[in-house]
Amino acid sequence: MRSDMSLPWWAWAAMGVGLVAFAAMVGVTIRRNRGIHRSLFASPYTLWMIIFTVVPVILIGYYAFTDANGAFTLDNFKNFWDSNFNANKSILAAGEAVGQDYSAYITRGTVNVDTLVYSLWMAFLCTVICLLLGYPAALIMADRKMKLGPTLVVLFIIPMWMNFLLRTIAWMSLLEDSGLINTFLKWLGFEGVQLMYNSEAVLLGMVYNFLPFMVFPIYTALSKMDFRLSEAAADLGCNSWQTLYKVTMPLSIPGIVSGITMVFMPSVTTFFIPRVLGGGNTMMFGDLIEAKFLTEGNWNVGSALSLIMMLLILVSLSILRKADPNGEGGGIA
Amino acid sequence: MKLRKIALLIVVTLCALLLAGCGSDKPADEPAVTDVPAVTEETAMPEATTVPAQTGKVVNVYNWEDYIDPAVITLFEQEYGIKVNYMCFTTVEDMIVQVEANPGAFDVCFPSDYIIERMIAGNMLREINFENVPNAAQTIPYLQNPAYDPENKYSVPYMWGTVGILYNKTMIPDPVQSWSILWDTQYQKQVFMLDSIRDSMGVTLKYLGYDLNTTNVPELMAAKEKLIEQKKSGVVKAYQVDETKDKMVAGEAALAVMWSGDAMYAIDLNENLDYFVPAEGSNVWVDGAVIPATAKNPENAELFINFLCRPEIARMNCEYICYSTPNQGAIDLMGEEYTANHVQNPDQAVLDKCQFFHDISPDFLPVYEAMWMEVKNTK
Amino acid sequence: MMKWLKKCYLALVLIFLYVPIIVLIVQSFNAGKSRAKWEGFSLRWYIELFQDERTLQALFVTLSIAVLAMIVSTVLGTLAAIGIHAMKKRPQALMMTLTNLPNTMPDIVTGISLMLLFIFTKVERGYVTMLLAHITFDTPYVILSVLPKLKQMNRHTYEAALDLGATPMYALFHVIIPQCKQGIITGAMLAFTLSLDDFTISYFTTSPLVQNLSTLIYSSARKGIDPSLNALSALMFVALLVLLLIVNRRTAEDK
Repeated sequence: MRSDMSLPWWAWAAMGVGLVAFAAMVGVTIRRNRGIHRSLFASPYTLWMIIFTVVPVILIGYYAFTDANGAFTLDNFKNFWDSNFNANKSILAAGEAVGQDYSAYITRGTVNVDTLVYSLWMAFLCTVICLLLGYPAALIMADRKMKLGPTLVVLFIIPMWMNFLLRTIAWMSLLEDSGLINTFLKWLGFEGVQLMYNSEAVLLGMVYNFLPFMVFPIYTALSKMDFRLSEAAADLGCNSWQTLYKVTMPLSIPGIVSGITMVFMPSVTTFFIPRVLGGGNTMMFGDLIEAKFLTEGNWNVGSALSLIMMLLILVSLSILRKADPNGEGGGIA
Repeated sequence: MKLRKIALLIVVTLCALLLAGCGSDKPADEPAVTDVPAVTEETAMPEATTVPAQTGKVVNVYNWEDYIDPAVITLFEQEYGIKVNYMCFTTVEDMIVQVEANPGAFDVCFPSDYIIERMIAGNMLREINFENVPNAAQTIPYLQNPAYDPENKYSVPYMWGTVGILYNKTMIPDPVQSWSILWDTQYQKQVFMLDSIRDSMGVTLKYLGYDLNTTNVPELMAAKEKLIEQKKSGVVKAYQVDETKDKMVAGEAALAVMWSGDAMYAIDLNENLDYFVPAEGSNVWVDGAVIPATAKNPENAELFINFLCRPEIARMNCEYICYSTPNQGAIDLMGEEYTANHVQNPDQAVLDKCQFFHDISPDFLPVYEAMWMEVKNTK
Repeated sequence: MMKWLKKCYLALVLIFLYVPIIVLIVQSFNAGKSRAKWEGFSLRWYIELFQDERTLQALFVTLSIAVLAMIVSTVLGTLAAIGIHAMKKRPQALMMTLTNLPNTMPDIVTGISLMLLFIFTKVERGYVTMLLAHITFDTPYVILSVLPKLKQMNRHTYEAALDLGATPMYALFHVIIPQCKQGIITGAMLAFTLSLDDFTISYFTTSPLVQNLSTLIYSSARKGIDPSLNALSALMFVALLVLLLIVNRRTAEDK
């Protein structure tokens, strides 16, 4: 951690200019509309978001492009590609100090790239499983004949009132070698199985935590749908599978898109779950970022990794948006 | 009707905002933009914006989670009429970040040996006035003038212990007293390693017969290869820190690298467990009480430290925490019960082979970090 | 047959969601401290819970922040949604990007970036900063819940109200807000839930002096989870469930 926690003067100047510009824009809008237009209702929020979201992101950017002394550098990104970047420098320096050539010990570290690929793969699996599990559930609940539908949706939100950390730890007591499932298996006379300390357990924990985020948007999209459309399809001779495939599914795409976004994004950066259910055997990108900031105290590299992460998510989001150009899937209600 | 509801909502919100504002006794909103002029002259920043100003009859203690007998705090408060604000951290890295980020917030901290070394080097600690801490004389000779604080100016040992192997006697009746047991492939998925750079590297370095604090690159490379080999061979069940002892109690694995105090805790709960320090030697560590340079109540801090060194109090803590006490008076009070316990009171022969950690210089630390990441990344 | 299958499927998914919670609740009645061994039924942890000042304080912090953040973000978010809805296409798109930005940021990055902000501006981290952070991540969710309801609304009702002599404020409270009431309630509930459940962002935006339940649980993991935390979660869970049922009953009666 850097001991001097201060920004250069120009950063403060830029923030001041930004604030003045914001005030000016509000003023101009008031004058142009000769009064308070409804769009001004958004201005407190805009100001809030500028201070608490835009500025912090800029701070992360500032860190990512500077070194420990605050000078501009791209080393942090080189560090992403070669996780041994800093270590190699130290190794060479150590070699010089003892008068030996240590270049044989120099290798490119693939840790960061590997972890990113692994995280993306896990997030992809998690999203697919959530979709496969969640879509039918949402479909059943959105069925008009299902009177309990809205109540059941609430049942999906309730588990989130139990603390996330405790819920994950509770899975541990289920999956452990001496846990409930294994005890039950042994009681039935089977051999115990190792369910924990592997990627599958991490995946289970992720699906468990993110499933509701897939179910809500799809349910919303489906329940907004005009049910007469599927009735019409049935009247025109579609069987129920055809109706589902040709009518219901295409109409629920906005819900699917926002479900995928809401599951995929947090999955990529999961941390804590791999540590508890995966026994620390595998790392996800969230663990890596956390380690950079907290264990190693290397805020510059940590920021660079965060930026790369955000960029990646933005790119995948914009691809997803193509499938839902009107952005209607944004609703969770 | 509905309008009234909304009006009520707004009133409640305003009240809440006001309350939140008053509670912090300074404006909390929109801090980003209004401070512009103050930044160019850092010294001009008013003190009040950085620290909770807890002065007077208080002492702000920052300790490891669950690392004191709560009764001790009550006794201290009753005897001296000084309020103890007790705060906890989980990792020393966390602690050092917090101490730097909140100057003046803490009067007594309990960092580990090599962190004390780092804090001394960074001028973060205040010299303790030992005239106010006469009970520090109770410290056992082994821990007087330790390597991390050679002149014994800044710290008073609080708890200490070793790193060793906790094992389950029902699964391994007669283990080899060596680190090599952690590489024995007959124990597939039976080993818990520590998810901690220095500890896991340290164990391996000791196994290979190297120095615990080595910065010799070929030696470190060998240790890294050994750890990767261990992971690939499938003996490691998990890398974790906090969860291990409960899992060992539950019989989840046969072997675990563990700190002696945690081992003692586990043995108390499951009599099938036992602990040894491998013959190759190991790490011996100390958590010491220190006073940050920025402390606001150093006198109260010294009173508190002196109180902790009182034999009866040190005994209470020792029995509560299960780690080894550095306090001769407390050892005398506990007598046989303590001295006969090989976990809490290791033989001098064992200690002779053990080393303290030294702080690795920030220039070289990336080597350790990169190596550990590579081990963790092995599939 | 099909109907029965459907019900079975839903039941299975719900069992999957509730199993760990049941486990937690059962554990909170375990007489022993260990997660693994059942040592008999006892209310020991519930009694200890009410004697532990630190846990109660954390409970207070968690609940008060969840409620305050919910209120502020609901007001802020509803106003913003109405404003965004009334905007022209270009600024609207910009505002939606701004709204989606925090959702696209990993929690850990949000937390760390806010921590950087507070450190740089020398604002002492604690209760207020945690509240500010919670409002920040709650508000976009409120907007995302309210906005679709506004889109469904007939644009002309508002104008009709104005034509009939309503002031914009009157029209706002009597025409717009009642129509998106459902979205506002959902948003508020979501904000409350997210705030209650948050760990990562709280962890980075508070000091060790002010802890909420999540950070307390995280830090007490070192000595093994204190079962009284299970007891507390069980209590909170039941309390919220009851609250929800009452609210549901009320709204059902209103209809």
